[in-house]
Amino acid sequence: MNGNAGSVTDLARRIIPCLDVRDGKVVKGVKFREHRIVGDIVDLSMRYRDQGADELVLYDITASPEARMVDVSWVERIARVIDIPFCVAGGIRSVEAARRVLNSGADKISINSPAIENPALIGELAKQFGSQCVVVGIDSLQLDGDYFVKKLTGDPDKTQDAGLGTLEWVRRVQELGAGEIVLNCMNQDGVRRGYDVQQLRLVREVCRVPLIASGGAGAPEHFASVFAEAQVDGALAASVFHEAMIAIPDLKQYLRQQNIAVRP
Amino acid sequence: MAANQLSVAIINSGGANINSVVFALERLGIEPVFTADRDQIRHASHVVLPGVGSAAAAMDQLQQSGLVELIPDLTQPVIGICLGMQLLFESSAEGDVPCLGIIPARIEALPVEAGLTIPHMGWNRNALVNQHAILSDIEDGFYAYFVHSYAAPMGPWTVARSRHGREFSSIVSHRNFVGIQFHPERSATVGQQLLSNFLRLQSEVGV
Repeated sequence: MNGNAGSVTDLARRIIPCLDVRDGKVVKGVKFREHRIVGDIVDLSMRYRDQGADELVLYDITASPEARMVDVSWVERIARVIDIPFCVAGGIRSVEAARRVLNSGADKISINSPAIENPALIGELAKQFGSQCVVVGIDSLQLDGDYFVKKLTGDPDKTQDAGLGTLEWVRRVQELGAGEIVLNCMNQDGVRRGYDVQQLRLVREVCRVPLIASGGAGAPEHFASVFAEAQVDGALAASVFHEAMIAIPDLKQYLRQQNIAVRP
Repeated sequence: MAANQLSVAIINSGGANINSVVFALERLGIEPVFTADRDQIRHASHVVLPGVGSAAAAMDQLQQSGLVELIPDLTQPVIGICLGMQLLFESSAEGDVPCLGIIPARIEALPVEAGLTIPHMGWNRNALVNQHAILSDIEDGFYAYFVHSYAAPMGPWTVARSRHGREFSSIVSHRNFVGIQFHPERSATVGQQLLSNFLRLQSEVGV
């Protein structure tokens, strides 16, 4: 598919650092818990841009569980300085809220729990802003060989079953107008043992819009295998970048050696 | 002309997220005006036609502002970005609408094929096709950030091309008009260079 020999596209695979934001600071927890501050939003955004990140996801992890809207002032601060695409997630539960974030300069908005609670919101956002702006984030938990959607994952005490199978939800959100899907495999999140290639491969089969892998990145080989084996469009990671375990230029050089198309 | 002597008008064609284009120009030392005012657009040194949303909605907005007749007659450098580039063409298959008719071709949907994601979203490689001042210091094979499902065919107007399912024009030019299918404001250093090159283009009159 993308970028390999004989393909009909030269689209590069995307490397996407994810910055979890709490109270205006970038934080990271293990398995969604024990959050600690890792840096300033604008500084980190620019550092990743300079290192060759293809896109950024900025996720306000406090927003959704506490039922408040993402504070848009930091969105505009980033939009003023950054010249790569970025997506804002967290607490966007209305067309008006999405409009504020997009008008502040974000390229895309990502919705997760509000889409589960009100699936029609996906279609309303797609109609207003176009599918290309509308990313649906899915937190998926593997249980006895099956995959289930969880909601309100920003706060472990409020996390609940969404009552949906992951593949069923992936199909449904595309019908409703999602332009991209970020699949976060919760069993892998924060533990750095690799992406859930098996699950992502299953999701890829039913996903015609761009698919972004999330959860589990710990080594350059993990990126290579998720691109080569699950054919995802992008790979998202946080701690390996924030803690400088993997430098993006080195990662891209490695991926090029593996014949995976990446932007220089 | 120094950056501070330029007067850049960004045409209000509806849609959200105009700020990313505004901020990109501000990083180049420009303070653009965002307007649908005919006189302001006519007297600007450079005109930007952005576009987010659908071709039909944007054409409707331009019609209401009385700009459909004005834009093709502009003589200063004009750049259409993303949907704004598609509007420079004769018509679009997206909603089957007539567009501004500056470039004689039709915008068609990218092919839906197994293994190809639609929308075409992400960084794709571009090949240089024809010489143009917009390409100053731009290297063959450059990567740029695309987000679209419809695209312009190849033709004499093609300045650069890319491919996703089929080859398509990623940069076009015709007279004083330039169109860019990808988002220069989101294409890192390459995008900044292209916008800077655009600001150095001169009006047709007096060249």
